Amino acid sequence: MQIYLPIAEISVNAFLLLGLGGMVGILSGMFGVGGGFLMTPLLFFIGIPPAVAVATEANQIVASSFSGVLAHFKRKTVDLKMGGVLLIGGLIGAYLGIQLFNYLRSLGQVDLLVKLSYVVFLGIIGSLMFVESLNAIRRQKKTGSAIIRKKHTWLHNLPFKVKFRTSGLYISVIPPFFIGVFVGVLAAIMGVGGGFVMVPAMIYLIGMPTKVVIGTSLFQIIFVTAFTTMMHATTNYTVDIVLAVLLLVGGVIGAQIGTRIGVKMKAEQLRILLAVLVLAVCGKLALDLLLQPSELYSLGAGGGH
Amino acid sequence: MLRFFALIMLIAVPLNAAEEIVADLSQNRVGISATFDGSRILVFGAVSRDAPMPESGPMQVVVSVSGPRQAVTIRRKDKRAGVIWVNSASALIDDAPSFYSVATTVPMAQALSVAADVRYKVSIARAISSIGTQIATGHAAEYTEALIRIRSDNGLYQVHEGAVELMSETLFRTEIDLPSNLTAGEYTARILITRDQQVVDVFETKLDIHKVGIERWLYNLAHDNAFYYGLMSLFIAIAAGWMASAAFSYFRA
Repeated sequence: MQIYLPIAEISVNAFLLLGLGGMVGILSGMFGVGGGFLMTPLLFFIGIPPAVAVATEANQIVASSFSGVLAHFKRKTVDLKMGGVLLIGGLIGAYLGIQLFNYLRSLGQVDLLVKLSYVVFLGIIGSLMFVESLNAIRRQKKTGSAIIRKKHTWLHNLPFKVKFRTSGLYISVIPPFFIGVFVGVLAAIMGVGGGFVMVPAMIYLIGMPTKVVIGTSLFQIIFVTAFTTMMHATTNYTVDIVLAVLLLVGGVIGAQIGTRIGVKMKAEQLRILLAVLVLAVCGKLALDLLLQPSELYSLGAGGGH
Repeated sequence: MLRFFALIMLIAVPLNAAEEIVADLSQNRVGISATFDGSRILVFGAVSRDAPMPESGPMQVVVSVSGPRQAVTIRRKDKRAGVIWVNSASALIDDAPSFYSVATTVPMAQALSVAADVRYKVSIARAISSIGTQIATGHAAEYTEALIRIRSDNGLYQVHEGAVELMSETLFRTEIDLPSNLTAGEYTARILITRDQQVVDVFETKLDIHKVGIERWLYNLAHDNAFYYGLMSLFIAIAAGWMASAAFSYFRA
């Protein structure tokens, strides 16, 4: 069944979108990731204009994060104070990201910006995850020793120290603030929540307890992606609600299935699978940039649109 | 009196031509709805004569349907830093139809002289106006060709030589396919009849293509009330997220 998307202004098969939403939903349920970093490139591949894909995906992430954070609020695994600091940074970052996005859009380079960001970040995160989970499997086979985390780094000597009760930390607000800014920029230009950057940063840089990390990052992501959605909707008119709803329906159902599959698999196997998937998407995008395109020319709206 | 005179003039112009087109479209309005998957319109008509058929060469019919005209920026990718393909040079074509389909009874060159094509802008290349085109690189033709190639691949520019059926040099008909990726707006259907490659008569009619129903409502809201559209999108997202969470805990319980 073909459905006409009012903002993207193209006709797409509705079942294809439901299927994509479902597939990414299954993966996000299995791996506990937002899935934005997979969905946005997939939307490029099926021919949705990158500007529409990024803005619409931001809107869809609001839905999936909201659904996720409710469960964490019930379990009291959200550090609101830390979330607030990350959020202030995130909003500033998203604002800067949108400015950069619109500036490059006017130059006709927004596709390059978005795709390059994807190649760089998916490449880094995918390789790190791959190596890490390989090591974890090897370690498991040899001994059974846990990772020893460094207790004190230069990050603990920064000023503006604040007590974060839920996380049980007494640290400077500077690192979480800048992590927030960075994630905000990514959210605006990549159409992702940024959980895949924020979660490792919170664990390894800030030293937050793992149980509050997911809830807190979801809390921040809701507001940052909501802000990004509003910015894209009011400055670029690129949020396609029909597209968002179709992806949502598929995503919600997929996430339920994925969670059930995820329970039955080992964490290390899951991480390796996810790493391979991330690297595959990264490779496809990189090839698009490196190989000579079959059509060298592209069309855009003329003049002051 | 002046008005009467003007009316006489209006009537008089087509009367000068011995042959006159009477034509219509199967529909004058096309709605782009949520399930819009392209459409097809029938262009049909007849040639009325108040004199015997002229002795000159056989009559040919050229039908064109043209979408709203817009400025288009065309960008070319070049290899930069030896590895990566980046949009570099660009050209602005200030007036190109968003859709253009031309159908003829015989190959274009036989139906129409070059001079007539220049005057009536019938072929795709002529329909794209590059007057005042700001070309940064001096390769105007390449960019125009790229525009025609890309839009032809997307089904937006079509040439159907021999697709117009003509019976007894009087009745004609052809079908124009409208793809699903149409731009909404006012379209113009134009019919030319030619003899010896010279235009004998021209007929024009309008075709209104617009978004309807929810598509129209959403598009207008997104552009005219962007703030409320954004809020609505967020509201739908949060409601959906909440429902998903509620459904999840219901199934768990």
